[in-house]
Amino acid sequence: MLKYFVLSVLALLIYACAQDPGKEQVAIEEVNLDGESIEASDVEAEKLSVLGFFKKPMKNLEPAEGVVPYDLATPLFSDYAFKARFVKLPEGKMAKYHPTETMDFPEGTILIKNFYYPADFRKPEGERRILETRLLINEGEEWKAEAYVWNEEQTEAYLVIAGERINISWVHYDGTEKQLNYSVPTQNQCKGCHSKSNKMMPIGPTSRQLNKQFDYADVSANQLKYWSENGLLAGLHQNISELDAVPLWDDPESGNLEQRARAYLDINCAHCHRAEGPANTSGFFLDYYQKRKTALGIYKSPIAAGRGSGGLKYDIHPGKPDSSILYFRMISEDPGIMMPELGKKMVHTEGVELIRKWIAQMN
Amino acid sequence: MNHLRIILFSAILFLLYSCSEQKEGIQWKSIEKSLNTKFIKANDGDTIDIPEGHYKFKGTIWLEGKNDITIRGAGMDKTFLSFRGQEEGSEGLKITNGRNITVLDITLQDSKGDLIKAQKIDGLTFKNVKTEWLGEPKEENGAYGFYPVDCDRVLIDNSTSIGASDAGIYVGQSRDVIVRNCTAYHNVAGIEIENCVRADVYDCLAHENTGGILIFDMPDLTQNGREVRVFNNKVISNNYRNFAPEGNIVGEVPPGTGIMVLATTAVEIFDNEIDRNKTIGIAIASYKLVQKPYDDPDFNPYPKSISIYNNTISKGLFQFPTFGNDLGKLLLFKFPFSRPDILFDGFFDPEIEQKDGNYVAPYQICVGENNGAKFANIDAANDFANIITELDQFNCEPTNFPAVRL
Repeated sequence: MLKYFVLSVLALLIYACAQDPGKEQVAIEEVNLDGESIEASDVEAEKLSVLGFFKKPMKNLEPAEGVVPYDLATPLFSDYAFKARFVKLPEGKMAKYHPTETMDFPEGTILIKNFYYPADFRKPEGERRILETRLLINEGEEWKAEAYVWNEEQTEAYLVIAGERINISWVHYDGTEKQLNYSVPTQNQCKGCHSKSNKMMPIGPTSRQLNKQFDYADVSANQLKYWSENGLLAGLHQNISELDAVPLWDDPESGNLEQRARAYLDINCAHCHRAEGPANTSGFFLDYYQKRKTALGIYKSPIAAGRGSGGLKYDIHPGKPDSSILYFRMISEDPGIMMPELGKKMVHTEGVELIRKWIAQMN
Repeated sequence: MNHLRIILFSAILFLLYSCSEQKEGIQWKSIEKSLNTKFIKANDGDTIDIPEGHYKFKGTIWLEGKNDITIRGAGMDKTFLSFRGQEEGSEGLKITNGRNITVLDITLQDSKGDLIKAQKIDGLTFKNVKTEWLGEPKEENGAYGFYPVDCDRVLIDNSTSIGASDAGIYVGQSRDVIVRNCTAYHNVAGIEIENCVRADVYDCLAHENTGGILIFDMPDLTQNGREVRVFNNKVISNNYRNFAPEGNIVGEVPPGTGIMVLATTAVEIFDNEIDRNKTIGIAIASYKLVQKPYDDPDFNPYPKSISIYNNTISKGLFQFPTFGNDLGKLLLFKFPFSRPDILFDGFFDPEIEQKDGNYVAPYQICVGENNGAKFANIDAANDFANIITELDQFNCEPTNFPAVRL
C-alpha cells in the first residue's frame, strides 16, 4: 500500500517539477516595495463629483453651468471607446486663438474627456458604461493630467494615479460581441502622448479640428464661431470659411483620400511623430502640415524600429501598403511592434483600411 | 523491498529538494502598482530601493520629469524585473525628461521592445545593471538592452547586455558619453554609438555578437556624430549569426565583424585587442555602401578624420575569408589566401580635397601599423578596380581628442 502511495507522490512530484518554470502563475501576488500584500484596487479617495462638472445624476454627463461640450472632426482612436469632451474656462477668462496649434488656454482651464462604451454600438444613445474621465488642468507653468475611474454603479469616479485595468464587453457595429481588458493610463503614460517640447499639453482642440458644426443643447453652430460669440475665444478675426478644417476621416464627402489619411495620422500619430514630440529621434513626422517626403516616411529607412520593422525596408513604400512599416505597425496588436504604443489593444480596422488605400494609390 | 523504499524515499527527497530549488527561482511577485506610484510621486533627490526578489510586470515602468533620482536594486543577481508576457508598452523601464538619474544593481529581462529606454536626460548613470533576453537569441527579442537617446552626460559602467536583436548597449543622438567595463554578448551589435557627439568606449568586452562595436551615423536625425574614441577593448569571436529583423541597419552587418565605422566623422580606434572575428577586424565604410535613400542635406555619408593605430588583430583559425556573407565572398574573391584585418571601402567625398589617394588634413583616414595587421582599401567606389594594400597613403598623424568628461 505504502509503495503505491510513495509511487504516486513520486509521480506527482515529477509532474510538478516538469512544469515549465517560466510558465505564468495563475495569479501573482501584488505587494508593495516592503513586501506587504496590497489590495489590487487600492484607489485614491479623491472624487470626481466634488469638482461639479456635471449635473446630478452624474452619469448623464449633463454639463453644469460654464462647462461647454465640444468635439473634434477626426479624433484619436482609443479601442473603439466613445468620448464626450468638455472644456471649462475660469470665470471671465478666454482662450486665445492659434492658427496651427491648440488654442492658448488660460491658467485654470480644465479639459474633460469621458470614455464610455454603449452596451450596443448600434444604439449609441442607449445603455452605456462610463469607464473613466480624464482631466487636463492648466496649472500655468504646465498642464497636469488626472484619470478618474467610475464605479460599476456609475454614481462616482475616483482618482487613480498608477493606472487600472477594467474588463468591458459590448455588441459591436456588426452585431458581434467584443471584449477588452481596458487600460486606464498611469499619470506618466498621459505625458507619453501629451508632450510637446517636454511640456504636458493638450492635443485635440486645434482650430482645424474644432472648425465644424456641433449640436449644442439649444443651437447647432460652428464650434469656433460659437466659442467666439460666447466669450470663450479671443483673437479669431478671420472668416471661418478661410480657415483650415480637418476632414472627417471616415466621410469621403468631407475630403479626398489624401486629406483624410493625413488627418487620421495627424491626430493618431503626430503628438509623438513631430519635431517637438517624443518620437523626434525617429526622423519620421506625420504632423498635418508636414511637407517633406522622407520625413513623411516615403522611402525612408527605419532608425531604431527593431522588430517593429517587420522585415520591411521603408516606413512608406508608395503603392505597396503590405511593404510599408507604417501599415505593418498599425495592424499589429503586439506591444513590441504596434503603433500607437499606448492606448491601443485593438486594431482600428476602418482606420487602417483608410491608410492602406492611401498608400496603395501613391505612385 | 527495503532497498526499493530507500530508493523511493531518496528520490522523493531529491525531487522535493530540486522542486523547492526550482520554485525558489520563480517566486514571482508583482510590485507594479506600488513602483509606478513611487515613480510618479517621487520627490527630487529620492532613492527608490527595489529589494531582492523576482518581480513580474505587465507594462512599462516609467520615471518621467524627475531630477536627482536613484533607482537601486539589491544586486545584479538579486533583483530581477521580468517583462515576459508584457501586455502594454514595449519598453521595460522608461526614463524621460530629467536630470541626474542613476540606476544601480539590478537585472531587467525579456521586454517586448527595449529593456531600458532613456530620453532627454542630462546626467544618466547605469552601474551594475544587466539587461537580457533569456533563451536562444532570436529575432523576436527587443531591439536594445540599453537605449539612451537624445541624452547628455551618459555613463554606462560595469553593465551587461545579452540577446538584443539590434544592439545590446546602444547610445544614440547623445552628447558626452562613456561606456566602460561593460560586457555584451549574443546581441546583433554588442555596443553601438550612433550619431553621438563625444563618446568614449573603453575597457569593454564584446564577444559572440554579430558585430562587436559599431560607430554609426544615420541620416535624417537630430544631430550628426563626431569625436568617438574606442580603446582598450576586447573584441572577440563576434561571429554570431545576424538575427536582426530585416529593414534595420544592423541587419546589414556581416557576422564576423569586430569594429565597424559607418559614415561617422572623427573616430579614433586604438589599443584594442581584436581577435577571431571571421570576416573583418576593423571596417571603415560609407553610407554609400548601404545603398539606402535619404533626404538630409546635413548628412555626410563619408567617414572622415579616422585614426586607427596600435590595435592587435588576430584571425585565429579564420585566416581565410568566409563564404557566409557578401563581404566575405568579396574578400574571398579578392584575397583568396589571406584576408585583410582592416578594411576601408574606398568611397571618398568628392567635395573634399584629396591628395595622393587620401583627404588633405584634417580629414584624412589614418591607419597606423597596428602590430602588423593587414590593410586593404578595396576601392568599392570604382568596382574594386584599384585595390591598395600598402599603408603609405594612409600613414598619417592620428587625431588626439581629449577624454570625455561628464
